[in-house]
Amino acid sequence: MPETRRPEPTRPHLPSSRPTPEAPDAPVISVRHVAKAYGAKQAVRDVSFEVRRGEIFGVLGPNGAGKTTTVEMISGLRTPDTGTVQVLGLDPQRDAVELHRRVGSQLQESELPPRIKVGEALALYASFYDRPADGRALAEQLGLTASWDTQFRALSGGQKQRLSIALALVGNPEIAVLDELTTGLDPQARRDTWQLIEAVRDSGVTIVLVTHFMDEAERLCDRIALIDDGVVVATDTPAGLAERVAGGPALRLRTSDDVDDAQVARLLRALDTVRSVAIENGELVIDGRRDVVVEVVLALAAQGITPYDVEVGRPSLEDAFVALTRTPTGAQTPAAGALFADVEA
Amino acid sequence: MRALTTLTVTEARMYLRDPSNVFFALAFPTVLLLLLGRVIPGMLEPITDQGPAFAGLRAIDLFAPIVLALAMGTVSLTTFPAVFGSYREKGVLRRLSTTPVPASRVLVAQVAINVAALVVAVVLALVAGGLMLSLAAPEQPLVVAGSFLLGAVQMIALGCLIAALVPNTAVANGVGMLLYFPMLFFAGVWMPGPMMPETLARISGFTPLGAASQAMTEGWFGTGLPAQQLLVMGAWTVLLIPLAAKLFRWR
Repeated sequence: MPETRRPEPTRPHLPSSRPTPEAPDAPVISVRHVAKAYGAKQAVRDVSFEVRRGEIFGVLGPNGAGKTTTVEMISGLRTPDTGTVQVLGLDPQRDAVELHRRVGSQLQESELPPRIKVGEALALYASFYDRPADGRALAEQLGLTASWDTQFRALSGGQKQRLSIALALVGNPEIAVLDELTTGLDPQARRDTWQLIEAVRDSGVTIVLVTHFMDEAERLCDRIALIDDGVVVATDTPAGLAERVAGGPALRLRTSDDVDDAQVARLLRALDTVRSVAIENGELVIDGRRDVVVEVVLALAAQGITPYDVEVGRPSLEDAFVALTRTPTGAQTPAAGALFADVEA
Repeated sequence: MRALTTLTVTEARMYLRDPSNVFFALAFPTVLLLLLGRVIPGMLEPITDQGPAFAGLRAIDLFAPIVLALAMGTVSLTTFPAVFGSYREKGVLRRLSTTPVPASRVLVAQVAINVAALVVAVVLALVAGGLMLSLAAPEQPLVVAGSFLLGAVQMIALGCLIAALVPNTAVANGVGMLLYFPMLFFAGVWMPGPMMPETLARISGFTPLGAASQAMTEGWFGTGLPAQQLLVMGAWTVLLIPLAAKLFRWR
């Protein structure tokens, strides 16, 4: 369900907060009702969320939803028109230097000088911080050791991306803000990067992850703010988001040729947990409540029918994404929660 | 300080990895001087038709101060602003602004590198000119040195102003070239010393590189103090530095 979309009146900007000692469970990032326009374009209308220490927090949404603008306000690259952002008790604008000591950023579409070598870039960025990480170890973890003496312009897209992740982490940050982390990486490199991010989180770093990849968000994120058209439409765990839009599992199966599927369909419709049964291309498509899978299989077994090619559909984050974001894409999106099209109700 | 040192060393290495920097900033003044002296006919003949002030000098001698001015122009109008156009275009400055080190340190590092390149270029040209062309020594070395210093400061300031504004490499190169060639012209690269017509020389004396060239020429061959040219360079400096500082965009 969409949360409130009504922007609240802007809070007065308090001349407050030295970096204060935080309560143990205090959020490390709190974004309150921020809005940001570029000229006539309202990139962010009303975004609020809180990030807890040690979690991987996803900012998910369609292209142009305002994800990057939102995290750029956290990194201090942009000033909100209205609303407030607090990071580690700091104001990203006023306490910029202190913020940048403790928050590492990976920006979308930001390159390095063409002739800088991988090793030089890591050494350079390490020199910016008081207690930097070991650049060689980072390079090792990100598979950049072989490219240590390669100039930036000669790196592949994936290598550039991994170097940019390394630079966001080389300062040993408390928070890492990663914008489109795995764009341009091949499948193996994506998985390696996910493992690295999980390892970094396990070492105590809080991670804010901007992404438009469902699998990435589902795999990595503890919680997700789903942003659409500059507004947070939902904040929840990936599973929590998925459950919001889909009633339960759905099931596809085949029977052997000598079984009359229409008769089976009638039989199954009589079951308590089954909501609908359809026949599609010789396949039975069953939608139902919690225990539908077990009940259907047992009912079939009782009739001596063996199901083949059983496929169980679980509601996914992608379903939630499609249902909760309404940015027009031109293409007709499937109805909310429908994993398989219902032919018969 | 550690950050600035690492930044300067890293930027310097990258500077030297770019062959066009090495050629234009470091070698071009020397190459031009030697080509003029060795290839253009008549350059090594004594000047006879320009009055007593230039008696005993050869045409090539007149090029010594001009080549110093050219070296200033090359560094400050070509290699220096292009770095910032490229860094802005590629988001290098933006990325730096998310670190605790201010992006302005890149400016400090680049100024240091380009000043060093200018010194190397000038020493190379003078040593080569002295050894291979037996160039005349300056009459008033202090006036030459002072004029060179002030000239370099105002030209670097002009470079900073361009660097402050250019959004990408293409514009940086375009603006740089648009200023570079007219300035070389005013500096006397095509019409050295007394060969430049009176009116043109007067106009040239108000341009940054023209003033630098004339002031160094006076120090090299004359006996007077090039007061007007020094004032002009001082005025450019006072105008350009605050303007560049005010207009600089760090992202």
